[in-house]
Amino acid sequence: MRFSWSRWVGIIVKEFIQLKRDRLTFGMIIGIPVIQLILFGYAINSDPKRLPTAVLSADASAYSRTLLAAMQTSGYFRIEKNVADENELEEMMAHGTVQFAVTIPENFGRKLVRGERPVLLVEADASDPAAIGNAVAALAQIASSSLNRDLGGSLAELKAVASPIDMRVHRRYNPEGVTAYNIVPGLLGTILTMTMVLMTGLAMTRERERGTFENLLSTPALPIEVMTGKIIPYILIGLVQVTLIVVAALLLFKVPMQGNPLLLYFVVLIFIAANLTLGITFSSVARNQLQSMQMTFFFFLPSILLSGFMFPFRGMPDWAQWLGSLLPLTHFLVLVRGIMLKGNTLDELWPAIWPILAFMLVVIGIGLGFYKRTLD
Amino acid sequence: MTPENQPRARGEAARDPLHRGSNPELVIDVEKLNKSFGTKHVVRDFSLQVRRGEIYGFLGPNGSGKTTSIRMLCGLLKPDSGRGTCLGYDVVRETAQIKREVGYMTQRFSLWEDLTIRENLEFVARMYGMRDRKEAVASALRELNLHERQDQLAGTLSGGWKQRLALAACMLHRPKLLLLDEPTAGVDPQARRDFWEEIHGLAAKGISVLVSTHYMDEAERCHRLAYIAYGKLLATGTPDEVLHLFRLRTWAVSGQPARLVALAAELHGEPGISHVTAFGNTLHVTGEDEAELEKAVSKYFDEKDLAWRKAEAGLEDVFIHLMQSAPEAEQ
Repeated sequence: MRFSWSRWVGIIVKEFIQLKRDRLTFGMIIGIPVIQLILFGYAINSDPKRLPTAVLSADASAYSRTLLAAMQTSGYFRIEKNVADENELEEMMAHGTVQFAVTIPENFGRKLVRGERPVLLVEADASDPAAIGNAVAALAQIASSSLNRDLGGSLAELKAVASPIDMRVHRRYNPEGVTAYNIVPGLLGTILTMTMVLMTGLAMTRERERGTFENLLSTPALPIEVMTGKIIPYILIGLVQVTLIVVAALLLFKVPMQGNPLLLYFVVLIFIAANLTLGITFSSVARNQLQSMQMTFFFFLPSILLSGFMFPFRGMPDWAQWLGSLLPLTHFLVLVRGIMLKGNTLDELWPAIWPILAFMLVVIGIGLGFYKRTLD
Repeated sequence: MTPENQPRARGEAARDPLHRGSNPELVIDVEKLNKSFGTKHVVRDFSLQVRRGEIYGFLGPNGSGKTTSIRMLCGLLKPDSGRGTCLGYDVVRETAQIKREVGYMTQRFSLWEDLTIRENLEFVARMYGMRDRKEAVASALRELNLHERQDQLAGTLSGGWKQRLALAACMLHRPKLLLLDEPTAGVDPQARRDFWEEIHGLAAKGISVLVSTHYMDEAERCHRLAYIAYGKLLATGTPDEVLHLFRLRTWAVSGQPARLVALAAELHGEPGISHVTAFGNTLHVTGEDEAELEKAVSKYFDEKDLAWRKAEAGLEDVFIHLMQSAPEAEQ
């Protein structure tokens, strides 16, 4: 039997009509990207500032005041309370009401002037390392340069000595370290992964659960016609989602678009196709909609955690990076960030494109193998 | 997907060309089909011959393997063993051709409830690649009087209308053979009568119909019957032949309902009595041997409140008798 375009069109038309009638699903398709984008785009911040800080100061010198002021102006510390004794400080730390506890010992100012290098203790709640990383990094800078103005005249020799080399750091592609520049393009990938795999994952199992699969099977429709016919409407939906997210990224989050928008749509299309084939394969393997949902989540979690969307990809051990490289989202993140932030061209992107294509081919092979022509 | 893996009985292949395929009058001709799901042997050595233009009734209790047999005939299930043809096509290898020329109506309503009547029909027409799709759908709507409801969602239809729609859908591509799996279950008597008139009309046009049912009145409307139980075909023939398969004798007794219930219990299992069935206010007492049956019931003849008369054994009596003598122990 040959592939029939008329049957294929018939299946696409049917899927569109059913999608149109399923208001909730349709609403979710439009609603999910908008809600997630606004929620995560505005909420997630990998550079937390104004962290609550408590101070136990036994020194009233101008130097300790300068240091505390410098900490505040760095933006990372918000001094919430000056406490009178250690126990109170310990308690606040234990309760988590403050992230930092600064202890300035007695005679801090006097020892400083004498050149005794007095100790200034900063305790940090490191139970969430990511939360304090940048703040701790800022402390070094504060310690070395904040007192420069106060240490004039005869005290000038106490100033921090300049480093023998001039180390320059250029933060390229995102010099201000705006989290949204990283998160918003990443959300494009995660939202597509979730909706595309889930929606198509339900497509075939729904037919099976409602008993309509028997009818579909009793017609001459071929597996390839059914599978691809069911995919097409979701490709269009995916493109609508992408447009929504990209427009919001540019307008709301001011994410730059350094590369070619058409190239972006091209890689998006490949990525959508890969996710849809996976969804439709889940759908052929699963016996019912619940199983299909479970498979989707089984796939979705590593996609979020190992792809580099949530945590730095290079921070993972080799085996985890290897595992992450199997996931299309990992490569897609490279592609989207590459196009939007770096202005990459097709040549530069190819190493991240072919793994997605390979994934797709393998998955569709499995899917066709599992598609049952009979009810056995 | 490997058609070669079925055992072929030696010697049978020789008479094969004479027996099958060459007889254009047989639209279904299958032999010794078997199907198991896991350890459950659902259909055993199922053989069936249906002639062109025949309405073939397929009867049997729930779970007897009717649906599985029908699904094997139209290519939805692959038989574990056995062979045969449907419309001259091999039931194992040529399922694609069978699907194109057979109309299959599923037991459960299996059209798309979130599509309208028209959309369902158009979809089915597209699946069969019909060139005159618009006309075919329009005429189907007209013939089945569904024209006014064409934009109604199939899911909102009542049972009777769903059944008409399902029939219209499986008739759309003008199949030569209809396989109808309990088409009238849950449908009111008027709709059932209309449905059977339709079926007889189709048969007159040369379309063959295999229909499974639980209703005895429907069985009597068929040209031929097959009775299946526990996956085994127990009897085939015209309704008349099936009726006279056994020399069944029946006594009908009427009386007070409470007394009849007690009487049924007393008669059950008595020598000479094969089964006792209640029909409203009468009880049918059936046995195979006239003398023995009479001996068993005669002691109640004098009872005042009971009125005894001889009755015709019906198809139902035959089927109950068949069920009871079936070797169910094999399960």
